Amino acid sequence: MSKREDGGFGRKRKTEVGHKIEDSGSHNSPIIAAFRVFQQELDSRYDKYERLVKISRDITIESKRTIFLLHRVTSVPDVEGILKEAEVKLDGVRQKIGLIAEELRGEDLYQFHRAITPGIQEYVEAVSFHHFIKHRSLISLEEINARLVFIRDSKGSDESPSVLTFQIPASDFLLGIADLTGELMRMCISSVGNGDMDTPFQLSGFLREIHDGFALIGNTGPYEVSKKLHTLRQSLGKVEDACYTLRVRGSEIPTHMLADVFSSRAVPLDADDNMA
Amino acid sequence: MSVTEMFSYIQGFLSADQDIREDIRKVVQVLEQTAREILTVLQSVHQPTGFKDIPSKCTKARELFCTVRKHTGELKTKFPAEQYYRYHELWRFVLQRLAFLAAFVVYLESEALVTREEVAQILAIEVDREKGFHLDVEDYLAGVLIMASELSRLAVNSVTAGDYGRPLRISNFINELDSGFRLLNLKNDPLRKRYDGLKYDVKKIEEVVYDLSIRGLAKEQEQEPGEEK
Repeated sequence: MSKREDGGFGRKRKTEVGHKIEDSGSHNSPIIAAFRVFQQELDSRYDKYERLVKISRDITIESKRTIFLLHRVTSVPDVEGILKEAEVKLDGVRQKIGLIAEELRGEDLYQFHRAITPGIQEYVEAVSFHHFIKHRSLISLEEINARLVFIRDSKGSDESPSVLTFQIPASDFLLGIADLTGELMRMCISSVGNGDMDTPFQLSGFLREIHDGFALIGNTGPYEVSKKLHTLRQSLGKVEDACYTLRVRGSEIPTHMLADVFSSRAVPLDADDNMA
Repeated sequence: MSVTEMFSYIQGFLSADQDIREDIRKVVQVLEQTAREILTVLQSVHQPTGFKDIPSKCTKARELFCTVRKHTGELKTKFPAEQYYRYHELWRFVLQRLAFLAAFVVYLESEALVTREEVAQILAIEVDREKGFHLDVEDYLAGVLIMASELSRLAVNSVTAGDYGRPLRISNFINELDSGFRLLNLKNDPLRKRYDGLKYDVKKIEEVVYDLSIRGLAKEQEQEPGEEK
């Protein structure tokens, strides 16, 4: 980089001198005037993009924290308390999505999609995980979108407060759900560790349904789906193995010992997951 | 809503999206074909014989732009107007080529830089995003940069054809473009990469001008010969 700069420097200086003379002669040359307009347009576009990247990163971090919090439900008695706390965190995330909606007011969502897609996917993952723990079912796209309605009072004017909405693109929803399966797999393994014998079977059924759902999507989805599908299959395999072990060993070993047998098996599985 | 229902609902979205993409791709293919035809017409200005009737080549190119306008009109109907950037990648390339061709025609006619409004007019599209199918500023700038390298080639060939005045005018024009681009704060993206090539075009033209001026071939032009290295 610096080398290229050096190479061009001598010449650049020369032309710059040449231009100074030219510019002072025709300061309002139409080309220069036009490029000043482009400069402003591009700068404001890039600035907006950067702001959105920042918001998206905050959303990712907060959502990840919520997911970690939700993983604790398998080991504590007070499930309700954790769900409430997660709900509060998710509200915070939604406020941030409100900021995105504000930035994108009157803009084309897809122009800035690359900036926000990681955050949005993480949010889908967190909110659907929360929903699953609460209702044991898959959250729908409408349910997510219904909570992304923001009411903003317009500053310093007597206009009625405006309503902003944010619609999650179907592709981001899909990718978020694909990530959800990884969380469910972890939840399955840790719940066995805590002697919960029902959750793994529920989870394996649910994961299988999601897996079949992705088979329906096939390659009509975005490019990333095929990559995530591979991980999904691995997660499903782990959960199915866990259920298998529970069934086979469950009849042989007393329940209180089963947990020990399983958690010793679960350790390598968990380590493997971190690599993926 | 069951998991299966949810997935078939999403599937509906995705296949609708794919149908739109398919439709757009068909129109873009026709546009690319026309763009190639225009390019072929304009390429002949590099021939020594082509120099004599640049105006007639331009007229012919302008006629072909009528076809382009028909197809851009068709393209607009293929997708919802507010989702321009969702499918932007599909026509980005061809739109840059067309912007280049329009800019080249306008340069050959009047030796001036085409404005974004003029390009939009030639292609029968809009300048503002709000008004519908528009010319993105980055695509316009990319088209202008393609033209710059075409002009550096033209400078070389015009010397071969015995037109010694043209390289000097091109040199002034490209220099002004270069200082225009230097006003922009470009990100590390394809446009920036293309802009990085502009300095080689500038250099090439400067060399042509240098060759002409040390041989006194550019004498009839009122230039500062000391300018060029």
